[in-house]
Amino acid sequence: MLQFLQTLDRRWIFLLMFIAVAVPLIMGTTFPEKPSDQVLSVFDAVDNLPDGSNVVMAWDYDPASEGELQPMASAFTRHCALKKHNLYFMTLWPQGIPMIQRSIDLLESEYPETYKGKYGTKFVNLGFRAGNEGVIKLVVEDLKKSYSSDIRGTNLDNIPLTKNLKNIQQVDLLCNVSAGYPGSKEWVLYGSSPFDIPTVVGCTGVQAPIMLPYIPQQLTGMLAAIKGAAEYEQAIINHYPELNEIPAAKEGLKRMGPQLVAHVLLISLIALGNVIYFWERKQGTPQ
Amino acid sequence: MKRTIPLLISAVTGFVLIATAFIPKFVDWGNDAMAWFNLLAAFAFILGGGNLLKMQLQKISAQQPGWGYSAVTLIAFFITLFVGLAKIGVHPNINFPEFAWSGDYLSEGSAFWWLFEYIFYPLSATMFALLAFYISSAAFRAFRAKNTEATILLVIAVIVLLGRTYAGVWLTGWLPNEPILGSSGITYSDFHLPHLSEIIMDDFTTPGMRAITIGIALGVASTSLKVLLGVDRSYLGSDQEA
Repeated sequence: MLQFLQTLDRRWIFLLMFIAVAVPLIMGTTFPEKPSDQVLSVFDAVDNLPDGSNVVMAWDYDPASEGELQPMASAFTRHCALKKHNLYFMTLWPQGIPMIQRSIDLLESEYPETYKGKYGTKFVNLGFRAGNEGVIKLVVEDLKKSYSSDIRGTNLDNIPLTKNLKNIQQVDLLCNVSAGYPGSKEWVLYGSSPFDIPTVVGCTGVQAPIMLPYIPQQLTGMLAAIKGAAEYEQAIINHYPELNEIPAAKEGLKRMGPQLVAHVLLISLIALGNVIYFWERKQGTPQ
Repeated sequence: MKRTIPLLISAVTGFVLIATAFIPKFVDWGNDAMAWFNLLAAFAFILGGGNLLKMQLQKISAQQPGWGYSAVTLIAFFITLFVGLAKIGVHPNINFPEFAWSGDYLSEGSAFWWLFEYIFYPLSATMFALLAFYISSAAFRAFRAKNTEATILLVIAVIVLLGRTYAGVWLTGWLPNEPILGSSGITYSDFHLPHLSEIIMDDFTTPGMRAITIGIALGVASTSLKVLLGVDRSYLGSDQEA
């Protein structure tokens, strides 16, 4: 048996991983989530704002990370919509524009009474600007020097939401979802930290250790990976039970099923690999 | 001259940006410098496109192995460029039915939407998703308890992997919140896997990352000063080129 495993074709492992992810996904297996303190601080940052506050939604990710980040971007959007906040979408990634469009579609389809046909008065899409942290440095000091117009080419002076907005120091909350550079770290270094802008971020699991040192001084809270998204969704559902009826509001929770099985499979594979390793050592097989 | 002017631009711009942090009068100058930087960054896209064209055309003209892929790259590049620049909208536009393809170019059904949703999106997501398969294969073959450090890493990895899912609650959720006999304040529930996972992140990862971040920041500050003072000129290329 161990000899067979020693020379195991990696395609069997690929097949196992495929089954581990596909079966819980198809069955829609979900597990209860208890929001952590860090997630609750993100929830409070959005929820404690008065209705109709101004929130910047900086979506810095692309389709490659959508599986991990879209649930938290949708949860942020949904939560802000429940609070009827005014939303300013922008991205530092060229591929981020369609990601913003997904959030706008969500606003218009799920909350039509607040957002449908309210472009410019309840939400605005500033789109993409090249320059990475250079864009951040400008928007926190002088928004219109970086964004003279929105994604449709309309001058910001002609849009009610941006007409009197000098810079994003004037907004109530900065909300960033990021998959890497430029993203959460740059927003903290050049945006929120020097100007004390309240900021919450959602990021990939790989970024989480990089962002941890900034909590709670420079960063109010962070959602780390799909686990963070699932806990945040649960926190929103706990406060707004009507969302329990909306399957799309539980995307993160649904993805914790495949994550659990995949993690257990990974641990089993590591354990099995080590059994083979020690067996080989005992047999005196060269490594 | 070829080296002196870029050195001067770097030094002046850099020092102005540093001054903006301390002298309010310099803020507008700093903002102007950042606006120029952003413009230059946008021009980098043109340089990137030009470089892509040059490299792929060279491959095609020399009929190098795999030149067919270069042809596919160029065709995809030109189609995407045309759709992006022409901003071909959805058809028809309800407000302007007399103008063809004049609807929103980001809306569902537009050429850009089709390219993104049915080509870029699945290709990009698939490439990233493949990571799960290769990680599992690599974990099976390479993650071995060969020495003490590797064993510690392995144990921590297992705790975090289980603690970040409901498996951790299943496996250790039954541990009672009672003190362990003979211990000072330590309870059985302290060994709850999600709790252990949090301890690892908060008490080990965060201080470690803080130390690394401070180290990087000091390194960046000293390197930046060297660049601004003209001591480090490596970013200008070799002396021969000048």
